Amino acid sequence: MIATATRPLLEIKDLSVDYLTDRGAVRAVDRVSLEVQRGEFLGVVGESGCGKSTLLYSIARLLTPPAEIASGDIWFDGHDLVSMSDSELRHYRWKQYSVVMQSAMNALNPVMNIGEQLRDAFDAHQRFTGRQITARSEELLRIVGIDPVHLRSYPHQLSGGMRQRAMIAMALAFTPELVIMDEPTSALDVVAQRSLMLKIKQLQREFGFATIFVTHDMSLVSHFSDRLAVMYAGQIVEIGETARLFAEPKHPYTVGLMRSFPSIRGELQPLAGIPGSPPDLARPPAGCRFHPRCPKVMDRCHMEEPEFYAEEGDLIRCFLFDSDA
Amino acid sequence: MTYLIRRLEFFAITLWAALTMNFIIPRVMPGSPAEAMLVRFHGRASPQTIRTIEIALGFHTDESLLQQYGEYLWNMAHLNLGTSLTFFPSSVGKAIMVGLPWTVGLVGLSTVIAFVLGTLVGMLSAWRRGGILDGALPTVFIMVSAFPYFWIALVAILIFSFTLNWFPLGFGYDLHQHIELSWDFIGNAIWHGFLPALTIVITSIGGWILTMRNTMITTLAEDYVKMARAKGLSPVRIMFMYAGRNAILPNLTGFAMSLGFVISGAILVEIVFNYPGLGYMLLQAVNNEDFALMQGLFLLITVAVLVAVLLADFLTALLDPRTRAAD
Amino acid sequence: MSLNLVADQSRVAAPVGSRSRVLGNLARALVSNRKALTGLAVLVIFALVALLAPVIAPYPPQADLFGQILPPSAQHLLGTTGNGQDIFSQLLWGTRQSLVIAILAGAAATVISVIVGVTAAYLGGIPDHVLNLFTDVFLVIPTLPLMIVIAAYARSGGVFVIILVIVITGWSYGARQLRSQALSLRKREFLEAARVRGERNVYIILAEILPNMTSLIVANFLGAAVYAVLAAAGLQFLGLGDPNDLSWGTMLFWAENNGALLAGSPWWAIAPGLCIALLGGAFALVNYAFDEIGNPALRPVRRRRQ
Repeated sequence: MIATATRPLLEIKDLSVDYLTDRGAVRAVDRVSLEVQRGEFLGVVGESGCGKSTLLYSIARLLTPPAEIASGDIWFDGHDLVSMSDSELRHYRWKQYSVVMQSAMNALNPVMNIGEQLRDAFDAHQRFTGRQITARSEELLRIVGIDPVHLRSYPHQLSGGMRQRAMIAMALAFTPELVIMDEPTSALDVVAQRSLMLKIKQLQREFGFATIFVTHDMSLVSHFSDRLAVMYAGQIVEIGETARLFAEPKHPYTVGLMRSFPSIRGELQPLAGIPGSPPDLARPPAGCRFHPRCPKVMDRCHMEEPEFYAEEGDLIRCFLFDSDA
Repeated sequence: MTYLIRRLEFFAITLWAALTMNFIIPRVMPGSPAEAMLVRFHGRASPQTIRTIEIALGFHTDESLLQQYGEYLWNMAHLNLGTSLTFFPSSVGKAIMVGLPWTVGLVGLSTVIAFVLGTLVGMLSAWRRGGILDGALPTVFIMVSAFPYFWIALVAILIFSFTLNWFPLGFGYDLHQHIELSWDFIGNAIWHGFLPALTIVITSIGGWILTMRNTMITTLAEDYVKMARAKGLSPVRIMFMYAGRNAILPNLTGFAMSLGFVISGAILVEIVFNYPGLGYMLLQAVNNEDFALMQGLFLLITVAVLVAVLLADFLTALLDPRTRAAD
Repeated sequence: MSLNLVADQSRVAAPVGSRSRVLGNLARALVSNRKALTGLAVLVIFALVALLAPVIAPYPPQADLFGQILPPSAQHLLGTTGNGQDIFSQLLWGTRQSLVIAILAGAAATVISVIVGVTAAYLGGIPDHVLNLFTDVFLVIPTLPLMIVIAAYARSGGVFVIILVIVITGWSYGARQLRSQALSLRKREFLEAARVRGERNVYIILAEILPNMTSLIVANFLGAAVYAVLAAAGLQFLGLGDPNDLSWGTMLFWAENNGALLAGSPWWAIAPGLCIALLGGAFALVNYAFDEIGNPALRPVRRRRQ
């Protein structure tokens, strides 16, 4: 009990997720370890297919076959989520941590109106009177900037931005400790994207929840996240404070990723992508997974797999930072 | 609202198409077995009745086709389907009314039971993916749904009526019984109807199970089901309100559309059981070359299916707000 | 020659590559599917029986040489009919007609489905609307009463009439499915490319669309074959076939008319019915296997071995 104050809200240790296929298990998330502090905004970035969404859904314990957690622990507020049964999990879901998905069009039940879907969440966890639920639902919509009349609207009647906001309103129903977000802005145009990000950040400051925010768009999280984790081929390759990571990316993959989008304030630089394409996770390359595409590849990268090496408080999975070498 | 108007349009067009088919078939088929039927009528029926049948069956070549068509539609609109040869001098309409309640009771009830039960089983089988139910069901019911209805009926009679003596050999009620609204008679009718109903349920349930299982599997992979789990809803609520309700929507109209097929099979079951419904009547019509009755039955069954389709459409509109959209 | 060149280019653009590769992939998927294998095995057995009926059948099928309603014995594996014919021999010979009806009617119905469905999807607009409505009308109208009316008017037409009736009533379901798949293909780039090149519509449909729909077309044929087996049996059972035909449906007709069950010759009715069920079931199994191949989510779930 003494440790509660200092203990992180979420602690992930060596988490691995497999997809069971006809030709054996494919490891989509490989020994990922992460910590999220209370109220912290953690960004997780990587190309599509790098396992970031799978990681997210395994944290939320929402994986469905053929995906399953192969090993590792997820400690949430001192409770082990991995070993919990579905019925035990139900007490944590939504009250302690909630999820915001990529496309609200798909994530909202098309045949129930927004109010009914909010009511569902309330009814699942606590006994409220109808009036309490209505009052709270209206308040939630107001918080995210939607007119409460839309409680009676069906998802197909709302605009894309409003749907995303409605889903965020839903996620805040019980003001949980953690809100897990899977590219919630990617379906929106740039203007709506920006206004939604500002809204999320404002709500986070106001209600103090922690956020894990997954995106393929580094520039999107650059102004909002406290820390950033970069994923490549199922592994975290670099994790550190956002500002420092942006100022001085260390892992060759992060460096490549930074070069592949234009910086608004930085000096003019030619845009350069990363040559090659991510590996097939069914047959990852030996040694470092990035070595076939790495501009700074060394001999040992072909054979050995790098550990995490600490550098200025960041962790980097690259032999360049192995101080013993 | 446009959705329902579109569906009403469909109802009207299909009804018209069925009526027209009924008008055209006797006129394009080679030879004229219908003539033989008419010959047997002469001297037995009034000239007016004969004229109605003649028009329905394609005589009066002296009149223009359009004229005949007009008169035919006029007769149909007044439910004047002609006179039955089999049940002479009773009109086709009256003859059909005798058989109708039996068929509605047997076929209607067992089809609805099969649909509801099959949908539930299919839903559960998809929900418990990889369970015993899910592993064995598809194969078993793919096979069963390809079995001929009437053969299952024969086997059922052989086992349960003939060998075990649990159920009567056929017919809708014991012949010494009077048709009346008494518990005695209803019990007797249920006892007689049980085996045919079971046959219809067994053979038609497979299709519903498989359809529901397959759409349910697709629906379960939807984000809104994942979201419902994330919200911590009870499994029962997720299964019915999120996965089940959405999976059933596309099936409702499909259910009604395939009723024609199910009723076709059920008709054969009636025949095997000598059940006094429309199916058995259809067989008698075939055996007696009673074309007026045959065509009347075809129209009636078509209308019944169309009404079912319309009801399913109304239900869909009620359950799915997207169909109520203004587009 | 120039036409050939164009054809080659388009083949490169099409996503599935050559027709033989499509079929090869399909064949490989089928062989690794247990339902498909079971169904195919049963179909092969029936095909062999149909071919070899004159060789394996112990007696001429129509000859009423024996005692009436004899019980099953070493001489008569399934007993004899009310006319003193050998049931087993009739059963073997009957395989021929049932298979022929299934294949011919199935194929003809599929051809119509393809023509109506693909044309509707490809043309779009008003032609699509009309064809689609036409399809739905045929889908909804109850088939058996319609079949009975048609078959009754065309009395004594035999197998040909039965096939015709089945085709008329059986094409609509497939047309609907094929239309929706063709619709989704219509939007793909390789078709756009062909249209921009100025290919004729017939060419685009035959060379670009159809090869990409192979598996659904085959699946539709199988579905139509199941329908044909059941419908033919039903019509013949009602006495709307030629009563002198040798088929399972006709056998059932005679068995029913002679009260085979009550007369103590249950095999007379059971055996042909079982064959119809097996043949229909075999087509249905292969058909469902196609569903599983096309939609992997439907396949049996794999569990990790622990």
